[in-house]
Amino acid sequence: MKHVSIVGAAALALCAGAQAQKSAADGIAEYRKMLEDGNPAELFEAKGEALWKQKRGPKNASLEQCDLGKGPGIVKGAFVELPRYFADTKKVQDLESRLVTCMEALQGFNGVEIAKTAFGRGEMANVTALATWIAGESRGMRFNLPQNHPEEQKSYEIGKRTFFYRAGPYDFSCAGCHGEDGKRIRMQDLPNLTKNPGDGIGFAAWPAYRVSNGQMWSMQLRLNDCYRQQRFPYPGFGSEVTIALGTYMGVNAKGAESIAPAIKR
Amino acid sequence: MADPMRIRAQVAGDKATVRVLMSHEMETGQRKDSAGKTIPAWYISEVSATHNGKTVMTSEWGPAVSKNPFMQFNIKGAKAGDKVAVTWVDNKGDKRTDEATVS
Repeated sequence: MKHVSIVGAAALALCAGAQAQKSAADGIAEYRKMLEDGNPAELFEAKGEALWKQKRGPKNASLEQCDLGKGPGIVKGAFVELPRYFADTKKVQDLESRLVTCMEALQGFNGVEIAKTAFGRGEMANVTALATWIAGESRGMRFNLPQNHPEEQKSYEIGKRTFFYRAGPYDFSCAGCHGEDGKRIRMQDLPNLTKNPGDGIGFAAWPAYRVSNGQMWSMQLRLNDCYRQQRFPYPGFGSEVTIALGTYMGVNAKGAESIAPAIKR
Repeated sequence: MADPMRIRAQVAGDKATVRVLMSHEMETGQRKDSAGKTIPAWYISEVSATHNGKTVMTSEWGPAVSKNPFMQFNIKGAKAGDKVAVTWVDNKGDKRTDEATVS
């Protein structure tokens, strides 16, 4: 009898623990819901749209002829098919590196200079705003990255290997935190990015506005921060490895609905 | 010049709900930069709203309000097609007014 009651108590305690955990995650979801109504990412979308149409740079041209993969000037639906292979640059490019290519080719900006600029500064801030607007134009659409070109398949494979590559003083890999279901850091649920994590989660949520620091974060900056947390050296902006990680996550997220630009804690 | 606000105004019953997103740094004056120098305070100090040109709301703000602030308020008796304008002034004297039509 005694044994039974102890087991019963333990089971009850476990239940209570699970419930408390659930409500913490629910609490964050509720907080995000409340913030969604006034997502400051909208301000960056407006800025990005204006930048797209504005004649700028040494060539005094707009970006309206920029080819994001669906033909010159086609913005809607471009975000959910990136990164992809571009014949003109002979490279797989993500949204941000593609934007820099366009700013270089159409507007005459120095792409190398932009790539070296810190996030949130100068032309880099403009790239982020443009990416925010372009992502927003595909809101509600589902990810469907092309994987027909050998370079795109190679990019996926590089991304996959990078994802599982363990290194640094803590012997971390992306998969260490994002390779299993039901993991979390403190109160943040961690999406399993080795498969489709679901609508509006992981790759389908960035760019996002971070309330805690009031910054608009692009996917490149998000990856930069993952590298920082793993105690890896910072990757170069638009480097092959960051784009490959994007391809890996994007292809895995096939069919997931994009909610970008999202709002984050 | 300051970036534009995003204003949405929607009729709900006998009133209109106005939602405003402002683009502003809202620097408190308490933070230091990487060189250890204090970043000067820079925040919105006054916000007012007009409904068809008539002032319906004024408020005084301070450095405790977040960066890129969001504000929501109701205007009694506002109808679709009415004009709502919101103005902010910051402590540096910069100001910005944007207008929206109630829908």
